[in-house]
Amino acid sequence: MQKTKSSEALKGIVRHQLFIPVLALLILAVFNLIADPNFFKITLGYNSVGDPVLSGYLVTILDYGSEVAILAIGMTLVTAASGGQDISVGAAIAIAGSVILRVLCGNPNELLEGLQAPIIVAFLVACVVAMLFGAFNGVLVACFKIQPMVATLILYTAGRSIAAWINNNTLPIVTDTSFTYIGGFIPGIPVPTPFFVALACMLVIALVMKFTNLRLYTQAVGINESSSKLNGLNPVLIKILSFVILGLCVAVVGLIKVSRLSTINYSVVAKDIEMDAILAVALGGNALSGGKFNMTASILGAYVIQFLTTTLYKFNVQADALPAYKAVVIIMLVVMSAPSVKEKVASLSKKLKSNSQTKEVA
Amino acid sequence: MKRKLLSVILATAMVATMLVGCGAKEEAAAPAPAAEEEAPAAEEEAPAAEAEAPAASGELIKVGIINNDPNESGYRTANDKDLKEMFTEANGYEASFAYSLKNDEQITAAQKFIQDGVDYLLLSAADTAGWDSVLKDAQDAGISVILFDRTIDADPSLYEASIVSDMAKEGQTAVDWLKGQNLSEYKIIHLQGVMGSAAQQGRTAAVDEAVASDGWTLVTQQTAEWNAEKAQQIVQSVIDSGESFNVIYAENDDMAKGAVAALDKANISHGVGKDVVVMGFDCNKWALEELLAQNWNYDGQCNPFQASYIDDIIKTLESGGTIAEKTIIMEEKGFDASTITQDDVDKYGI
Repeated sequence: MQKTKSSEALKGIVRHQLFIPVLALLILAVFNLIADPNFFKITLGYNSVGDPVLSGYLVTILDYGSEVAILAIGMTLVTAASGGQDISVGAAIAIAGSVILRVLCGNPNELLEGLQAPIIVAFLVACVVAMLFGAFNGVLVACFKIQPMVATLILYTAGRSIAAWINNNTLPIVTDTSFTYIGGFIPGIPVPTPFFVALACMLVIALVMKFTNLRLYTQAVGINESSSKLNGLNPVLIKILSFVILGLCVAVVGLIKVSRLSTINYSVVAKDIEMDAILAVALGGNALSGGKFNMTASILGAYVIQFLTTTLYKFNVQADALPAYKAVVIIMLVVMSAPSVKEKVASLSKKLKSNSQTKEVA
Repeated sequence: MKRKLLSVILATAMVATMLVGCGAKEEAAAPAPAAEEEAPAAEEEAPAAEAEAPAASGELIKVGIINNDPNESGYRTANDKDLKEMFTEANGYEASFAYSLKNDEQITAAQKFIQDGVDYLLLSAADTAGWDSVLKDAQDAGISVILFDRTIDADPSLYEASIVSDMAKEGQTAVDWLKGQNLSEYKIIHLQGVMGSAAQQGRTAAVDEAVASDGWTLVTQQTAEWNAEKAQQIVQSVIDSGESFNVIYAENDDMAKGAVAALDKANISHGVGKDVVVMGFDCNKWALEELLAQNWNYDGQCNPFQASYIDDIIKTLESGGTIAEKTIIMEEKGFDASTITQDDVDKYGI
């Protein structure tokens, strides 16, 4: 009796959606612990301006993982509602970043000293622009029923050119030091700011989930569009909304990205970040075909990916080989969640069980 | 059945109106950027035309210029600007420009220029292969071809001259400079460009050679794919590991900038007389300003200013002279933070 209870509990844990990301995190952590315990060392130091900063691999993971985590929030909603993914995220970040610099630095043809507008204004303009582009993707997907990946391919191709055009192809540089706080450290606070930004985003989305029907509606549309329509939902609106929310996330990440270096490079900024965001959603155990989703798992998945990236950097794996390792993870996840494999595993475990039961009887 | 038909018709009508609406919007949006881009160019040309055109229009040398997209990089933007400033009517040229990053589109543009009967075809090819037949056509039409910035795999008899950068020499100049610093030890973080590109191969070769011959240590040798963020992460990773290093050799300015961002975060001093020597390439204006402020130590030039070389060649050919050397390697400098001046920044910054 005791035994079955514990096995039931174990089954519950294994079935829980957080199981995969937590397991992946544990595997990575244990691997690093064995390879080099220094991985977990965090030191408090001072940066060149004299402000206290924490440093160490874990802090780096929190720092860079936060970008993907913010994107994962939006990508989870898009995935759940539309059953597809937005691959234009990186290009959209380039646009948002370009808009921020355009507002901050003013006319790219005149060299002006100092900020031309408060950072918050630049950010809000970027939010509006990014949400418009999100809405554009959303309309293509929801109204024209184009496959999300194909629809967002348009912006994926054109986005970086649009970003370059916004600043007339110049590379403006923000000289104001307060702008670097967002992607770096706020003086006096030793934890990287992107982590706080990510926390704020998580808090906002948690509140939205709690006090609105966004989760329910999104899942309903994702599971069965026509039946949700019959129940009085507007699937078109919900889908567009999910893309608009992703647009908002994109603007936030765009701000962090341009703040890190106080400038932008249109062709490489946030390159391939959409793949990380999609992988985060998959790693969170969410079905990439839409429907039910677990936001916490996605966000955790984002940090797991950064954990993996940082680990690979630590072991001096060539940067251009990183995608290959990520691909291996994706393949494993996809295979594991494929229905045919699941059936096989289920029947196999049943067989094992019946075997052990017959043994017990014997 | 009727209802179904009706709904289908309605749906079609809806989609159609949306398509029309959307199409109109896109059409309206698309020409706008093009028009704006053209506007400054037109303005630039207008005064020159007023000043000299009426008298000289008969003697203008017609050049067709095929280049890569100026959006590609700061280098290309500077290159395009330089060409536009040189080949004006004031200087006796009638220039037409075509841009593409795709070889087939460039070839189409070349064919068009040949039909237009230009006197000279200036070419920075997107790809090295596939140019033979179109250059043959040009030769048959009596058009002189001059290559700039990039070489192609074609018979040298098909073009008059090619004006290029020597990437290996750029790397060698930088490494020689580094050797001349006489550091007590060399522990280098080497940030490479996109693997396989000409710039990466040339700039890497010199370092590899020095590592083998002079016993330098490579703390890490990684490609950051010209990307500042990747460079920042790679350097961050080395700092986190606690390994010591005293040279950052980045194959372009962007990556050097990313590396410096990571150094600043960890309070590692860099620049002239500091703990870490920072080296970059390409001579972006902002990078040279970093040199002037002594935050970086060295910046190697990749010269985008080919227009004056091309002008010389055309002048020589027009006056009936011959070109002695088919391949002209441009002079390229390396700037040292301790000797750079504001004039250098203004003159060589791109």
